[in-house]
Amino acid sequence: MSALVAQTVAELRLNLRNGEQLLLTLGIPVLLLTFFSQVEVLPLPDGVDEPIDFLAPGVLALAVLSTAFTGLAIATGFDRQYGVLKRLGATPLGRPRLLAAKTATVVAIELAQLAVLVPVALLLGWEPSISPLPVLGAVVLATVAFAGVAMLMAGTLPGLVVLAAANGIYVVLLLFGDLVIPLEELPGALRAIAELLPTAAFAEILRAGFGDGEASGRAWLVLGGWAVAAPAVAARTFRWE
Amino acid sequence: MSDAPSTAAPSAPPAVVVDGLVIRYGDLTAVDGVTFSAEAGQVTAVLGPNGAGKTSTIEALEGYRRPAGGTVRVLGLDPIADHDELVPAIGVMLQSGGVYPGIRPLEALQLFAAYYDDPLEPAALLRRVGLADRQDTAWRRLSGGEQQRLSLALAVIGRPRVVFLDEPTAGLDVDGRRLVHELVRELATDGVAVLLATHDLAEAEALADHVVIVDHGRVVADGPLAEVLTGTAEEIRFSAATGLDAAALGHRLGAAVAEAAPGEYLVDHAPDPGTIAMLTAWLAEQGASLGDLRAGRQRLEDVFVRLTADAAPPAQSGHDGARRSRRASRARSRRT
Repeated sequence: MSALVAQTVAELRLNLRNGEQLLLTLGIPVLLLTFFSQVEVLPLPDGVDEPIDFLAPGVLALAVLSTAFTGLAIATGFDRQYGVLKRLGATPLGRPRLLAAKTATVVAIELAQLAVLVPVALLLGWEPSISPLPVLGAVVLATVAFAGVAMLMAGTLPGLVVLAAANGIYVVLLLFGDLVIPLEELPGALRAIAELLPTAAFAEILRAGFGDGEASGRAWLVLGGWAVAAPAVAARTFRWE
Repeated sequence: MSDAPSTAAPSAPPAVVVDGLVIRYGDLTAVDGVTFSAEAGQVTAVLGPNGAGKTSTIEALEGYRRPAGGTVRVLGLDPIADHDELVPAIGVMLQSGGVYPGIRPLEALQLFAAYYDDPLEPAALLRRVGLADRQDTAWRRLSGGEQQRLSLALAVIGRPRVVFLDEPTAGLDVDGRRLVHELVRELATDGVAVLLATHDLAEAEALADHVVIVDHGRVVADGPLAEVLTGTAEEIRFSAATGLDAAALGHRLGAAVAEAAPGEYLVDHAPDPGTIAMLTAWLAEQGASLGDLRAGRQRLEDVFVRLTADAAPPAQSGHDGARRSRRASRARSRRT
């Protein structure tokens, strides 16, 4: 087995073995999707009649966030804390293959999330009209942006701090990221801040890609900006031990 | 355990060469001009008290630390510049950690085996280190000793030509220690250069063909263990102004003199009163004042006192616990 395949299989296996990780990547998104589409307590933006039409893209965005940001940050933070990254540095694996394996792991988990969440949403009555290119482009940009912030945290902070911060940010973005609560419900200043974060921009583009409204140029600019800046800063600051 | 030839040709260059190595962390100089070499087919122990600079030295050879001065070569390669070329040929055991907390021993060995072209067989190696019955237990649930043994197995699975072990038996019980010692001896018999950092004099005695004793970032003795213990090699070290004419002094004393580090001189001569009188007289002629003067042997004994103080039961009874007493006895020995 090649080193890259072996590394990817090992990373995936360790991810799947981790119960909290599964809860975060699949349990919570499925729960949110099912609960709030059936129990209509959340406000809906103007022009949207069915909660599932607003929720499904938001929860898909949340799923990408949970994998490319929260899960990656926590796993890499502990790898670094336990000296795994340091030890791997003295093997022929090399950084490019380690990064490729981590990327492949994130992509594989995202595909698994799609494979679960899309059928669940369809069963709940979601009727999207999909524009594949914007959806794919947004998922790639968001994955790069979230992973960049994840590596920035994992490469500079102690493992336990990464654990706490990554979970905290996940909850904050769940509330303020236009994922399940429409941005227009937020007070003005908060909304202005939320519009500059990658989650709201990502959710806006995803909704447009699934036939709900149009994505603004600002959203692409914000998401693209994060996708360039976060990995660049992470690459400069990352410490392997 | 390796396919490397069992005997190195006499003319073969040393597997590991450390020459005037300096490592600094900010203002702290952890390694201050360390020089030694390690041969294939031998166990070389870098022996010294905690904080002597052992780990920093080993980590420079592993490519983790960039020297502030001097050079290090492993198999003729620079561990940082030639990293990609070197890593397939070395095995590393860190002082602690280095393994995914959730991974199981056999999985870890299979994963590492995939990094190398001609690895050892993972299941056989797992049995060899006595972990066959623990193959379904995650790393974080293994005992400290089991973790150490798995780390050692991961260090050798790629059939390395040079193995670096940092305190490999720390926290091991008697059986674990014996197993590690057997494995290390086997590696050397197979022609591997083993470099071992330890603060345990007994471990160096049990394992090493060659010891390099370091203290405060400097080498205080270097040679075959028996020679170091009986102390045939003797020297005088002194500090004075930089740039003194070492050749002229050497001529006067009839012994080789070298400026080992700026302002630090090494005289290859026993510290007898006559030689010391000649040395101080020569310094007076040069108008150079003498910083400090040490006979190598005395410093070596000082190191041994501290090494053995670590292993001995607490010197003082009291309520402070062993750690505190050890520190106290170390501090006492420093004053003597």
